[in-house]
Amino acid sequence: MANPIITLEHVTRTFRVKRETIKAVDDVSLDIHEGEIVCLVGESGCGKTTTGKMLAGVLPISAGKILYRGKDIARLSGRDHKQFRLGVQMIHQDPYASLNPAHTIAAIIAAPLQHHGLTRGEAQTQARVRELLALVDLTPPDDFLEKFPHQLSGGQRQRVSIARALTVNPSFIVADEAVSMVDVSIRISLLNTLTKLKTAMGLGVLFITHDLALAKYFAWEGRVGVMYLGRLVELAPARQLVEQPQHPYTQVLLSAIPEADPEITRHKRRIELRSMDVPSLLRLPTGCAFHPRCPQFLGATCERDVPELLAAHGARVACHLVSRQ
Amino acid sequence: MNALLETGARTWRETRKTFKILSRNKMGLLGFIGVIVIVFLSFGGPFIWPPETSANIADINQGISDRHWLGTDFQGQDNLRKVINGGKDIVTIAFLTGIIATLIAVTVGSFSAFIGGRVDSVLMELVNIWLTIPKFPLLAVLATVLKLNDIVTLSILIAMLDWPGLSRQVRSQVLSLKRRDYIEAATMLDLGAPHIVFREILPNMMSFIAISMIFTMTHAIYQQTGLVFLGIVPYSSANWGVMISAAERRAVLYNPQATWSILAPMGAIVLFQLALVSFARSLDEVFNPRLRTSV
Repeated sequence: MANPIITLEHVTRTFRVKRETIKAVDDVSLDIHEGEIVCLVGESGCGKTTTGKMLAGVLPISAGKILYRGKDIARLSGRDHKQFRLGVQMIHQDPYASLNPAHTIAAIIAAPLQHHGLTRGEAQTQARVRELLALVDLTPPDDFLEKFPHQLSGGQRQRVSIARALTVNPSFIVADEAVSMVDVSIRISLLNTLTKLKTAMGLGVLFITHDLALAKYFAWEGRVGVMYLGRLVELAPARQLVEQPQHPYTQVLLSAIPEADPEITRHKRRIELRSMDVPSLLRLPTGCAFHPRCPQFLGATCERDVPELLAAHGARVACHLVSRQ
Repeated sequence: MNALLETGARTWRETRKTFKILSRNKMGLLGFIGVIVIVFLSFGGPFIWPPETSANIADINQGISDRHWLGTDFQGQDNLRKVINGGKDIVTIAFLTGIIATLIAVTVGSFSAFIGGRVDSVLMELVNIWLTIPKFPLLAVLATVLKLNDIVTLSILIAMLDWPGLSRQVRSQVLSLKRRDYIEAATMLDLGAPHIVFREILPNMMSFIAISMIFTMTHAIYQQTGLVFLGIVPYSSANWGVMISAAERRAVLYNPQATWSILAPMGAIVLFQLALVSFARSLDEVFNPRLRTSV
């Protein structure tokens, strides 16, 4: 297989909150290849956004290493840095905060084009802006050029965000809950636009979401990583993760997804957790962080040792139970 | 040449658009016109109606009449003419102080917010101390000690006392704006610090800065009128403050007929302030696209 475009090596991020240290992301390792889709799912506060921001280079890491095309992003300079900086773009969660309210859509998209000299002259810039707007299905583009962000709907703004990220021809995009604030009725069309662009431009995508059903839909061809309290607990190809989840947490999450057919939902076996409360990041449980809630709790081992993310049946799982089998 | 023409055309379009937005708010337009008229009268008026040089004993302390639209003062000079001749200093000091104080406040405030950490704490602590000092007495003392005779020094002095409050506000604005997602997006697009400051952050603060500048201007007007009224700043020329001071000392206290000599300069100050404040209101619409009802 080709070299990965992004590599995370034992990446850790800590925050200090009133003299206490919080591990938002703990020892996450991950390879993402060119044109691949990887979904990160998990409850809120599990560190998925933090991971995305570190990967996009806007949040420094506390320990570990992030490599872009084999080079440590913290030590990049000159052309390499520029290549990384423009090569990895992010789409923010909140479309109401990610566009500058003072500029028109045309100005927002034209700025990076002009700054990096990607187009020459006013006419060429305008043409490229129209092209990009059409690419993200904002048609006809002329209707949007002179509009301000506040005159657009959430979905339209998110499309503008995507167009803006595409101005610099990135090779990798971090989509941080990119559709979670958009109305359900237009989520799918936005996802389809993303999928279309991914295929057309060979983009690698890290899709961050709290919605496993969405991950299942979007990353069907890719891989899904499940995070729990800052750690990656399972990483598997999407089909396998859905059909044969190995980590107890993944099993619980999947059993909680309602099916479209009420008959199936009614008879679906829901796995009961030992405790409903998510532990605080300030007082993480010892050993496996999931052990106080784990339905398949083994006892002393789970309380004592932090399970490592090990290969198991074509996936990677961090669980003592799985590694025993 | 072609590029120059293109830029020229765009500037013209922008200006026309600004005027269109400006004219949508009636109060704002009125204020804008008011400011323009007062500035023109103050600077151009003296050439058409030069100040009277001699006293007019026959016309002392007259009320309003056909000949004297705003009455006459204790020397029998026409109040309207004095008002027109006395605006130049006030208007100049207002604009100068506004610009200087706003520049200092924006520089210090945004610098503090951007650097953060210890520099920010120290700067803001200094600003806090500066804020607690009673300004007007200090200004009065300083003005006496420094023997102020020219407008520029006085403007700088008032500005030095007026910037701290605004700088704190600017700092908090920048702190809030620099955390926005679109700033992060601009960082990721590698648009550079100048672009982020001048194209992403500043446009979102423009209405706030412009309005604050106008309020600093109104403040400066009060400060200097106060100084002149107290007789601390000796002005040889006529000036609205000098007129109030003279009227209070020479006429109004003894002669109710002389009310017009104090009402005229006061009215001028009130009108100028009112024009500035209502102009500030429509500036918000010029700079903030969200407030425009339809474009």
